[in-house]
Amino acid sequence: MRTAGAVLLGMILFAACAAPWLAPNPPNARFSNLLYAPPTWVHVGDGMAAPHVHPLRIVSRLERRFEEDRTTHVPLRWFSGGVLVSGDSEKGAPLLLLGADAFGRDRFSRLLHGSRATLALALLATLFATVLGALVGGVAGYAGGRLDTLLSRFSEFVVVLPAIYVTLALRAVMPLVLPGSTVFALLLAIFALLGWPMVARGVRAIVLVERDREYAVAARAAGASPTRLITRHLLPAARGYLGTQATLLLPAFILAESTMSYVGLGFPDTTPTWGTMLQDASNVAMLGDAPWALAPAAAIFMVVLGVNLLVQSTGRAPVQLEP
Amino acid sequence: MARFLIRRLAFALVLLVCTSSASLLLTRLAPGDVTSQLGAFPSPAEIEAARARFGLDRSPILQWGSWLSRAVRLDFGDSFLYNRPVGPLVVRAAGNTAVLAASALIVSTLLGIGLGIFTGSRRAGWLSALVRGSSVMLISVPPLLMSLMLVFVAARTRWLPTGGMLSAGTVDASWAASILDIGWHLVLPTLALALPIAAAFERLQSQSMSEAVRQPFLVAAIARGVPRRDLVWRHAWRVSIRPICGVYGLVIGSLLSGSFIVEFVTAWPGIGRLMYEGLRARDIYLVSACAAAGAGFLALGTLLSDLLLAVADPSVREDLEA
Repeated sequence: MRTAGAVLLGMILFAACAAPWLAPNPPNARFSNLLYAPPTWVHVGDGMAAPHVHPLRIVSRLERRFEEDRTTHVPLRWFSGGVLVSGDSEKGAPLLLLGADAFGRDRFSRLLHGSRATLALALLATLFATVLGALVGGVAGYAGGRLDTLLSRFSEFVVVLPAIYVTLALRAVMPLVLPGSTVFALLLAIFALLGWPMVARGVRAIVLVERDREYAVAARAAGASPTRLITRHLLPAARGYLGTQATLLLPAFILAESTMSYVGLGFPDTTPTWGTMLQDASNVAMLGDAPWALAPAAAIFMVVLGVNLLVQSTGRAPVQLEP
Repeated sequence: MARFLIRRLAFALVLLVCTSSASLLLTRLAPGDVTSQLGAFPSPAEIEAARARFGLDRSPILQWGSWLSRAVRLDFGDSFLYNRPVGPLVVRAAGNTAVLAASALIVSTLLGIGLGIFTGSRRAGWLSALVRGSSVMLISVPPLLMSLMLVFVAARTRWLPTGGMLSAGTVDASWAASILDIGWHLVLPTLALALPIAAAFERLQSQSMSEAVRQPFLVAAIARGVPRRDLVWRHAWRVSIRPICGVYGLVIGSLLSGSFIVEFVTAWPGIGRLMYEGLRARDIYLVSACAAAGAGFLALGTLLSDLLLAVADPSVREDLEA
């Protein structure tokens, strides 16, 4: 089970890293006579031995029906133009493995490129939230007193709030249309801000117990400064807990990005992410005939499943707060 | 007990005032205001009138003060989008959200605990393996994905309505018919919201149950010849229910969060959608009233989960009474 999760996540990470090489088409290239085209079938045989595709012809623009031109054979090009495999867009036969969206853009290529923004945002936000939570929790647990009370009360308050509404409110008060890089920074800040209190609470409880253990007392007696004591001695005790929290935060951040982009408050449409791509699926009338619009949903599912499988069978017991 | 309730009520009040005030000020300070919704070319006089009506001609702090003093008298201001008082608007949307959240809570509790007791009290068997496998899968399908998937299935098969709360053309149907109609529309959003939570409940209950059946008092009961069904459904069940009650508070929060996207995907006219519309249009009073309603839900939910825990766990009960 654990291996399955690791393999799944590894494959997704590889696909994200190698996106420009794996994607048959540029993410924002528009094939204007292939709007809402269905996935391209790759044929073998029927007049040509090598794997090839047929150009698509519009039968009915209104019903979005297409027909393959069986008389023309366009062989797939391997390792040309810096990509693994592609069709031939000049002959009207680009390789659209998951069809084209409302602007005639290749959904499969966008899915690959979109994984980069989505995963980078979620990973960075997880990193920031975990580090911030560890530091604040460590300081609060070590220092105690008024600082501890203040930090604990604040984090309790943030934990109670339903995160998606706070994200929505914080995002919505910014200008509604922003360039992709600004949205990235903004969402990163919001996610880190909302994520750390959960981490800090647990770390505080662990540090509170650990700071009175013999090893910590010994380190203090040997003259270790509070900074050194917290970062080198006390926080390592919370390592397992931090790992567990990170695996909870990562899927939550991926979903938060998707939700925000889906409702139109996330990345602009020109930045492919799994969230912006999901907007395609909001057209109910079209969704029934085009299940491939749900591809980003499947991608999100695979990441969440991968993380869950990885965690489920590590056999790591939940951290015991009472000794 | 009374002290506990008073403390909780005070916390609820603070939460309510903080969240609604914060969202009022945030929306006020955001770039753009409601006058951008006035149509293509509003005259300066129209803009002035709108700004005066929604208190935008005063400083944010003054506006907040006058809003607060009116809110105490249950006057929450007018909505610009809907051009009427926000009170009734928000109450109706909150009611719809409550219906959705309550039905999802009931479905997930019954399904999750029932199946969890079943799988937890059995070591092997293909049926419990099937349930366990589907739970692990379903936990990874959060409401956003689940609602999209169910909408797809509904659009494809036409078994269920894909969105909304009422069918078209049922305005003057009898109340029994409209309740049936609402119930019919409720199935999809409820499933989208409930299934992931039911899966988490099932896993939790199953673990807790398998620990419970190994406890000495149950071994003793087996030795005395208590029938298996009584053993599971009367004795072990009570011990194993505690962990679920413990996470109920968290679940209420996730219901509220999940219902936002489910409402959005399935066009259920709840509080999440209303708040979203308000935020986009910079409809200040609508946003703050929605935030207040959300905070109210949250306070109610945590209170409910604490009371549940007290019912299930005698030691918690003693703490509350002390």
